[in-house]
Amino acid sequence: MTAGGLLEVADLHVRIGGSHILQGVDLTVAAGGVTALLGRNGAGKTTTIKAILGLVPRTGSVRFDGAELAHLPTHLIVRRGLGYAPEDRGVFTALTVAENLRLAERRGARQRYDLVFELFPELRKRSAQPAGTLSGGQQQMLALGRALLNDNRMLLVDEPTKGLAPRIVTEVAGVLERVASAVPILLVEQNLGLVRRIAGQVVVIDQGRVVHTSPAASLLADTERVRELLGVATRRPEPSAELK
Amino acid sequence: MSTVVLLTLTGLGLGALYFLVAAGLSLIFGLADVLNFAHGVFLSVGAYATWWAAGHVPGAGPDGVGFLVAVAVGMLAGTVVAVVVELLLIRPLYARPIEQVLVTVGLALAGVALLQAYWGADALVFPKPSWTQETTRLLGASVPNDRFVLIGAAVLVLVALLVFLRRTRFGLIVRAGVEDRAMVTALGINVRTAFTLVFAIGGAAAALAGALAGVYYGNVSPGQGTSMLIFAFIVVVIGGMGSVVGSALAAVVVGLVQQFANYYTMAGVGEASVVLLLAVVLLLRPGGLAGRAA
Repeated sequence: MTAGGLLEVADLHVRIGGSHILQGVDLTVAAGGVTALLGRNGAGKTTTIKAILGLVPRTGSVRFDGAELAHLPTHLIVRRGLGYAPEDRGVFTALTVAENLRLAERRGARQRYDLVFELFPELRKRSAQPAGTLSGGQQQMLALGRALLNDNRMLLVDEPTKGLAPRIVTEVAGVLERVASAVPILLVEQNLGLVRRIAGQVVVIDQGRVVHTSPAASLLADTERVRELLGVATRRPEPSAELK
Repeated sequence: MSTVVLLTLTGLGLGALYFLVAAGLSLIFGLADVLNFAHGVFLSVGAYATWWAAGHVPGAGPDGVGFLVAVAVGMLAGTVVAVVVELLLIRPLYARPIEQVLVTVGLALAGVALLQAYWGADALVFPKPSWTQETTRLLGASVPNDRFVLIGAAVLVLVALLVFLRRTRFGLIVRAGVEDRAMVTALGINVRTAFTLVFAIGGAAAALAGALAGVYYGNVSPGQGTSMLIFAFIVVVIGGMGSVVGSALAAVVVGLVQQFANYYTMAGVGEASVVLLLAVVLLLRPGGLAGRAA
């Protein structure tokens, strides 16, 4: 493992349809815990994740455990041990829950159905159900379950709580917290309560550039800085309101 | 009554040919987003290779097992051509749809020209098995046996495709890829392999259609693939891009509409009716009858 971090992104640029979306992103994701990628809407968070995975055309360097990935196609990057749960969940609606999971099985990797069904027992119960008929929360569980199925070395999770009911948000947060103890996570998230609870490090992106990197606690303690960087107010949460 | 029976079975036979061409076309478009105007070439290659094999390949012939061997050679030729086209011409152009269309249109024109240059522009008499030239009495109608061959072959291909799509890992990849190709790659799957596979399947099915079209029409000609491709495209759009079952349903409807309209009005109205049907479906159900891979 490299001294800098498990995942190191340097000078990452993405240009789509004449727009220069990422303008030289540099970031490092540690080999443990959760690194949260924050920013206003349209700042380039999702594009950063997609660029790391090669899902959008990009230039720059993406090193994972010291090996350069930028020249590899997406499927080979993922096979290095990167699990992905996208913002729109990316479940195949015409396939059943079981088929969605079966599709994610990676040859040569250990499948952890026991872990997935322990974290999300609902998925076992609904294994024969078409994924398109699941609720938003259940689809999110399936997306996370798929990312957790293989013995990945890092997870890239994009807005897992978006559009979910508060009860499900709490459930998802608990799962991510538990998973993060075993595998590092690069998490895109707008919910600062969740970030406060599970992230050790934060990276803030604005207009396609990294504008801030620090421990999560130090940024979130600075209300003015949070307002300046993210355009939202933050406060010390009351425990019950933390994830709302 | 006997006329209705004959028209129905003839329409189903024609629909069977359309389905064999459309199934591959639909999967290729659904998975790889390739509008393959060269698909008719696969049909023509299959037809000519079957015709050639019946007279030249040891063990092959115009009748019995020999005919099956000739058809197998035709299907093999169609499959090989489809795979080579995908690997050499389409693969470098997956991110360039306009060039893709130009290449497949160019290949369609070049394919017809090459067949014409080598075997001539005139239609060649196809080696029909003698049994297919006889008729069977059914509900008062004398039905040519080739109709049963066409329908039987299409049903077998439909069942085989459904088993492939629903029971194999590659089928799972194809079904998922039709819905969200990028997400399939994000699961660590090389979707390009599946592209080649659907081209191979499409090429084999189209080549089979070529051989069976030879049986149905009694001849092969360079332009046969192109003219049948137009109806296959209509079937794909009516059935729903990427849906094999949709293509099967649409092929049946198109075949029947064409036959009945031609018989009960005048020649040519059948073809116009199919285009009208396409317009109605596009207005009422723009996504087609189904719209997914199975």
